Amino acid sequence: MGLTPATSPSSVTYDPPSQDGWVTTRLEFLVNWARANSLWPMPFGTACCAIEFMATAASRFDLARFGMERMSFSPRQADVLICAGRVPFKLAPVIRRIYQQMPQPKWVISMGACASTGGMFDNYAVVQGIDTIIPVDVYVPGCPPRPEALIYGIMMLQEKVKQQRSIANQQQYDEMTIDPTSKLYIPPSRIDELSEPFGNSVHQTRSAP
Amino acid sequence: MSVVLPGAALPQSTPDPVTPRHVPHHGGEANPSVDGLRVQFGPAIGRHDVMWGETTVWVDVTRIREVMLWLRDDPEQQYDYLVDVTAVEHRDLDLPLEMVWHVRSLPYRRFLRLKATLDKNAALEVASIEPVYKAANWLEREVFDMFGVHFTGHSDLRRILMWETYAEGHPLRKDFPLRGRFSRSEQLSQALAANPEARYSMEELSVADAFHELPADMRARLAASVRTGET
Repeated sequence: MGLTPATSPSSVTYDPPSQDGWVTTRLEFLVNWARANSLWPMPFGTACCAIEFMATAASRFDLARFGMERMSFSPRQADVLICAGRVPFKLAPVIRRIYQQMPQPKWVISMGACASTGGMFDNYAVVQGIDTIIPVDVYVPGCPPRPEALIYGIMMLQEKVKQQRSIANQQQYDEMTIDPTSKLYIPPSRIDELSEPFGNSVHQTRSAP
Repeated sequence: MSVVLPGAALPQSTPDPVTPRHVPHHGGEANPSVDGLRVQFGPAIGRHDVMWGETTVWVDVTRIREVMLWLRDDPEQQYDYLVDVTAVEHRDLDLPLEMVWHVRSLPYRRFLRLKATLDKNAALEVASIEPVYKAANWLEREVFDMFGVHFTGHSDLRRILMWETYAEGHPLRKDFPLRGRFSRSEQLSQALAANPEARYSMEELSVADAFHELPADMRARLAASVRTGET
């Protein structure tokens, strides 16, 4: 393997020419490295955050440095859903279907205050955080976040991707559905009784479906 | 249809319009169409008011369609552009609901705002002006969605902003709570139960032209105007 015992037992010598064509690493590291550096985003832009997202993708901030220059407007070829902007209730089934159409492994970035919590739109029409609909990996705060903030969020997501373990375990990609017959199941009404409202709305409850 | 040039009906000597300056808050010259309306409809026309140079005239709500038709077709008026249809509910709950129509005459370069009061204790019904202005179709649907005003004679009166199965009421009414009537989880579960592809009629999806190229099952579903996923 190009490593030869040295005279001192506590060190090794290293002969680069004899290592040509060889790399040794863990398979997980290699796969995660590839995944983290070619995240194809599915842009779900509904409001002003999408403008900042476009700025992030443009030449000054240049998402291509992260292997993300290819916006995947088809969810079936996307790795990361970037929800940029508020999501009204009318779009709730749409974003859930887009998420369901994305192949595993998949990640979600919630960009901006509105996507993360509903923001200032604490009203009858706006979803109070997309995490009530789909699981979210990284929340980027801001109204709207600057491109640097989004890039920081993307780098955090890359860290998460790189730390993924046991890629052979396919079970971790199974999407769990709510099973009312399970002994662990608590009905939403009970959750609302037990838990305090949270977020910026006194109407926001933990029992979101 | 012929092309209407702005100001085409005005005399040749009329100077080009300039940005008005020093417009009084109240008062000033009223839109000449108000006098025409009074001559034509008499007691159906109520008071009028000029604010920031724009004329508002109150009309009898039962005769709105006649008034609109006359405003559109009379050669001295030619209000050919319906700008907006909306409604106002005042914070004072004793005040009646107001319907508002904005019309513009391109040939005469005139703008007119018509208002009518609706008694909130009676059924909120107004004659639709869709037979006069096709543009009123979506605008009246929005007023119906947000205020619950029913437009008699409208061809397709259903919700336009909220989804069709929305059950919480009419959001712009003053008695509507800002966050809606249901809990957040109930709102979300109702919203998620909807089929996102079922909200649109064939015309809205503009697939009518390509109808014969669609798959057979979709053709059958559209021909029967079945909307999947919604009751």
